[in-house]
Amino acid sequence: MRNILTMAQREIGAYFLSPIAYAVLAVFLFSSGLAFGLGTFSAGSEASMRQVFEFWIVLILLFVLPMLTMRLISDELRSGTIETLMTAPVTEIEVVLGKFLGGMMFFAILLAGTLLYPIILSMYGDIDLMFLTCHYLGLFLLGSLYVAVGLFFSTLTKHQVVAVLASSALLALMTFASHAMANRMEGWLKVLLQQLSVRTHFHDFVRGMVDLNHLVFFVTMTALFLFLSVKLLEMRRWQ
Amino acid sequence: MIQVTNLTKRYSSVLAVDNISFNVERGGVIGFLGPNGAGKTTTIRILACYHPATNGTATVAGYDVFKDSIEVRKRIGYLPESTPLYPEMRVREYLQFRGKLRGMVGNDRKSAIGRVTDRCWLGEFINRPIGQLSKGMKQRVGLADAMLNDPEVLILDEPTIGLDPTQIRETRKLIRELGERHTVLLSSHILHEVEAVCSHAIIIAKGKIVANGSPQELRDKFSSEAKVIAEIKGPENEVEKSIRGLTGVEDVDVASTNGWVRLAVKAKQNCDVREGIFKFTTANGWSLREIRRDGATLEDFFVQVTAQQQQTRSR
Ligand SMILES: Nc1ncnc2c1ncn2[C@@H]1O[C@H](COP(=O)(O)OP(=O)(O)OP(=O)(O)O)[C@@H](O)[C@H]1O
Ligand SMILES: [Mg+2]
Repeated sequence: MRNILTMAQREIGAYFLSPIAYAVLAVFLFSSGLAFGLGTFSAGSEASMRQVFEFWIVLILLFVLPMLTMRLISDELRSGTIETLMTAPVTEIEVVLGKFLGGMMFFAILLAGTLLYPIILSMYGDIDLMFLTCHYLGLFLLGSLYVAVGLFFSTLTKHQVVAVLASSALLALMTFASHAMANRMEGWLKVLLQQLSVRTHFHDFVRGMVDLNHLVFFVTMTALFLFLSVKLLEMRRWQ
Repeated sequence: MIQVTNLTKRYSSVLAVDNISFNVERGGVIGFLGPNGAGKTTTIRILACYHPATNGTATVAGYDVFKDSIEVRKRIGYLPESTPLYPEMRVREYLQFRGKLRGMVGNDRKSAIGRVTDRCWLGEFINRPIGQLSKGMKQRVGLADAMLNDPEVLILDEPTIGLDPTQIRETRKLIRELGERHTVLLSSHILHEVEAVCSHAIIIAKGKIVANGSPQELRDKFSSEAKVIAEIKGPENEVEKSIRGLTGVEDVDVASTNGWVRLAVKAKQNCDVREGIFKFTTANGWSLREIRRDGATLEDFFVQVTAQQQQTRSR
């Protein structure tokens, strides 16, 4: 457990020393601010606020989170520090969880930054706190899955660009494509695609509902990608 | 302290380490010597629990590197060949991070960091980002990290590579001192480095151990195969007759220039022919201007064994 925190602490430190993290932070706050601004002020209705959460923020995270997670393990593979790391008394599980936690901490900072917009909105009208909490819980769960997927691709390759592209592509498939495809299918295939679609599970959070089914989906999918990352890291030693 | 039994490592097509076995006792500095591509780094990585072996077993500090890898890793300090470090971290932060990973806490960690930075002459760089350090300084950061938790076994892959001459001398001195209380395994392709710091040398070439012993033993082993060179002033055919009559002589080359006859004598195992040569020279009233053993350095031995490997490879 201590090792996990040590790893996470180093990752957070590394984020604040890297220009990429600041660029990502700026891009994220700017684009999400734009989405909030355009989404809410154009119609001013609650429905459009929902749309911002349902579509725009998810789309932005889909591109931004892989940029944050790309270096987590990839960079160790490229620079060779994986050798000093894995010859210290730490297990692959601790490394993966520590890196995941580090990524999640930075994601939490991003998310905290967006709280600014609801606060501004609340000056002009009433904001339903229950809804807002639900939105943010949904985003947090969605973000965990995105960070886990990004971490998985970061373990897969020492080329960070490949890690970003592959993660964004898979996330787009899981989030939007499977949803769109499900609408064109019939029978069991439709149900399967719907159940695998991130969007289906995220949808209810935006409508202010917390369903156990959705919680289970996000937690198991996140755990699955973390598990795959651990296995991949173990396999690398065998080459 | 280190036990290696029938260790083999095969990368997809290359057989990097071929069924090697050796034992290292507690204490002392053990040199792992061999030309490029001999399999030193591969063996060291197995011992440091970075790769598993394809076959065979190894134990370090009493634990199996595969089955009890975490226990081994707690007890070793490892300096990899390329000294990989995180460039964005400061030296102190890096050592703190590494100390934490090894379960060191509070004042223990603080005093250990003070100790290793002193011993590796890092005091003035402690607050510098590692990315701004020179190659040699980075090497010292890596060495400091390896020494951090005062491990029983230190495994150093080419520790002096990239250092300036003063630093090389200081580092060798440090390694010798470390060998008094720890078991140090270092790899090198520089022979005189191994002669200078090691109490024991293992020579490896093309994945196989070709010699194993103290530098003195290896030197003796080789010098028994060495030739005796003598230059005598006297009639060539008589000198040749005398030398061939001497007991213990296996073979001799004779050459003569300006009245001096030069003998290159190959003696039989465990025979020293030098006294015999001296005796027949004085008995005949000839003069002797040189008598010496040729090629008795470890260097020649090293070149010879590695050349043999090259030959078997090209066959
Ligand atoms: N990761 C790898 N994949 C494939 N082959 C490898 C790998 N690492 C080493 N080899 C091969 O294994 C053999 C032994 O390499 P090794 O690095 O152990 O040599 P070395 O004795 O450390 O040499 P040097 O003095 O150059 O450091 C070489 O033929 C090398 O090409
Ligand atoms: Mg090497």
